[in-house]
Amino acid sequence: MLTKQIRPALVLLLLLAGVTGLAYPLAVTGIAQAAFPAAANGGLIERDGTIIGSSLIGQTFTGERYFHARPSEVDHDAAGSGGSNLGATSATLAADVAARRDALVQGQTPVPADAVTASGSGLDPHISPAYAGLQVERVAKARGLDPQEVAGLVANQTQQPLLGVFGEPAVNVLTLNLALDALESDNG
Amino acid sequence: MTWQGWLQIGLVLALVASAIKPLGLYMAHVFEGERTFLSPVLQPVERGFYRLAGLDSRAEQTWLGYAMGVLLFSFLGVLLLYAILRLQGFLPFNPQGFEAVAPDLAFNTAVSFVTNTNWQSYGGETTMSHMSQMLGLTVQNFVSAASGIAIAVAVSRAFARSGVDRIGNFWIDLTRATLYVLMPMAIVVALVFAALGLPQTLEGSVTAMTLEGVSQTIAMGPMASQEAIKQLGTNGGGFMNVNASHPFENPNAFSNYLAIFSMLSISSALVYAFGQIVGSRRQAWALLAAMAILLVAGIGAIYWAETAGNPIHLAAGVDASLGNMEGKEIRFGQAMTALYAAATTGLSNGGVNAMHSSLTPLGGLVPLFFIQLGEVLPGGVGSGLYGMVVFAILTVFVAGLMVGRTPEFLGKKIEAREMKLAMLAILILPLAILGFSAVAAVIPVGLAGPANAGPHGLTEILYAYSSAAGNNGSAFAGLSANSPWYNTTLALAMLAGRFAYIVPVLAIAGSLAKKTRVPASSGTFPTDGVLFVGLLIGIILILGGLQFFPALALGPILEHVLMLAGQTF
Repeated sequence: MLTKQIRPALVLLLLLAGVTGLAYPLAVTGIAQAAFPAAANGGLIERDGTIIGSSLIGQTFTGERYFHARPSEVDHDAAGSGGSNLGATSATLAADVAARRDALVQGQTPVPADAVTASGSGLDPHISPAYAGLQVERVAKARGLDPQEVAGLVANQTQQPLLGVFGEPAVNVLTLNLALDALESDNG
Repeated sequence: MTWQGWLQIGLVLALVASAIKPLGLYMAHVFEGERTFLSPVLQPVERGFYRLAGLDSRAEQTWLGYAMGVLLFSFLGVLLLYAILRLQGFLPFNPQGFEAVAPDLAFNTAVSFVTNTNWQSYGGETTMSHMSQMLGLTVQNFVSAASGIAIAVAVSRAFARSGVDRIGNFWIDLTRATLYVLMPMAIVVALVFAALGLPQTLEGSVTAMTLEGVSQTIAMGPMASQEAIKQLGTNGGGFMNVNASHPFENPNAFSNYLAIFSMLSISSALVYAFGQIVGSRRQAWALLAAMAILLVAGIGAIYWAETAGNPIHLAAGVDASLGNMEGKEIRFGQAMTALYAAATTGLSNGGVNAMHSSLTPLGGLVPLFFIQLGEVLPGGVGSGLYGMVVFAILTVFVAGLMVGRTPEFLGKKIEAREMKLAMLAILILPLAILGFSAVAAVIPVGLAGPANAGPHGLTEILYAYSSAAGNNGSAFAGLSANSPWYNTTLALAMLAGRFAYIVPVLAIAGSLAKKTRVPASSGTFPTDGVLFVGLLIGIILILGGLQFFPALALGPILEHVLMLAGQTF
């Protein structure tokens, strides 16, 4: 009963491996590269001929002149990825949250949750409109811009749910910062 | 919770519901050997495969022959995958120049993918070459799912037949499940994924120079093709360490909808195919109703717990409107995270779009409990259906005890042999989950795993063995599972959860196929009505509760109470 099945087992494993493990991914690669090359290569953004990042992948911004991303457990290392995996009763997490909060606001003002929590991937490209709003004044001051103008840019860059239903309101930090640089060079 | 969140959940589930009938009918046609619209293209390929394999497409097997086929194919699959992982340094498509995967990790991964678990002790983008991802992991994503479908089809046939000892041919069911069901759907879904922004390239990583002049290395690879079959085959093993929370694996709301639709559709439609094959579509809808009720309850519970947020953080001055955002991504929000977490564990998918370890205690309890219930909501492709059939057999048995009649299911008398086999299958899960967890919770190599202290640490261990034995693959990833102890014992739990379950299930199928169908009489307990659905839900919950409540009380439930009291560890 078993010996009779060795041939079909071996032959089918190799044939199916060839079809599903080589033909399928290579065919999909070929079609995707031809039909949607930008998306298939990771949505990379270039400025002045240099790749400055991917529109999908979060980056670390530390300067006053740029909007900052969410906290990242892996410092936005896109060769790896990772969340904190800390649980709800973790003292480490509670201390991290408190420290991040103190760095952002003074007094009793509540901070948006995404500003003080690490994302799942460590590469979240977005922040909430509330967290972006919290940073407007700092960025405007550092660049000598009118806060109204920067707030208008944030509103402009906020992706709203399609038809008010599909998706979540979100601000892509990298594209916002690019728009900010473009705004300044237009003004200047 | 918002109406907009519930509307998204409702629309995704409605989309799945609309696919159940057409996809279920198509699969029933495929496995009954009828011509389908893909036959002109696929039949010559299929015939070529059988010729090379020396198969007669009309020859059928007994349950034992079928089971031997499954075991042999899986054993060879482990060997092939182990070899590829160990040899990846010498194989092509390795742009990052990754060296061989370590022996215990390669063993764990090989077992993990062959058993349709797809537990990730490894971080994909830092360990696996493109060749290992494609010829290694993607292959098992297809064929382990196809094996599950094959077994479910064999079980369906057993109910439809009478007085025979043959339940089909594993090699033919396997080939047809791969070529006619999984492959065409995977091609379509992969291309849509690529259009939505998932990378699909054979190149290595790209280096970017950020606006602040820091260099960032971005891992790339053929992700769309793997993501498609990972969802369709309810495999769940991601290309990336963080799975579908990675913006490359799941870039936006629409890729997230498609991922959830893909993972739910085949399992749900297989239930319909079961109804079609056994000649009772009402039975299929009754089973689907029980699955849907429990699944929606779980989605609601996670959604509620996560939007409520973490009181410890709220007290420290965090705004409550976004809910608990630790380990979550902005683009999905709470509703689509809750749906994903419930679906991935109601199924045996195991992919994640948020870190389950960072869910609130009750939000994390639901996925853990869903896995422990045996993943039948609607379960892994194939495994969900045959798991649900085992529960249905148990339900008619309990109902029969209440009124003192021999239980029947779909015209087949359920007798001592079937009950013994059903119990054997059901007991594997608590044995593997609680047994290994108990040992790991007291020995030093086990206690070295959890990153969190307090009850959360126990939950991490419990979740790992539940996920392995249930062939789920998701994780409370605080656990450092890439150690010889965890790699080995988790692999053993995966093997037990898959094969020690499949063999009794196929034996039940063999025994049912021999029985003649008894016509329904006035004393027959109808198994397609509301009463049966209620009883079935009750049996699933009571059984799961009795087995796992004590452990859950010491883990997530205790943590919830301590969280409310503001206690941290």
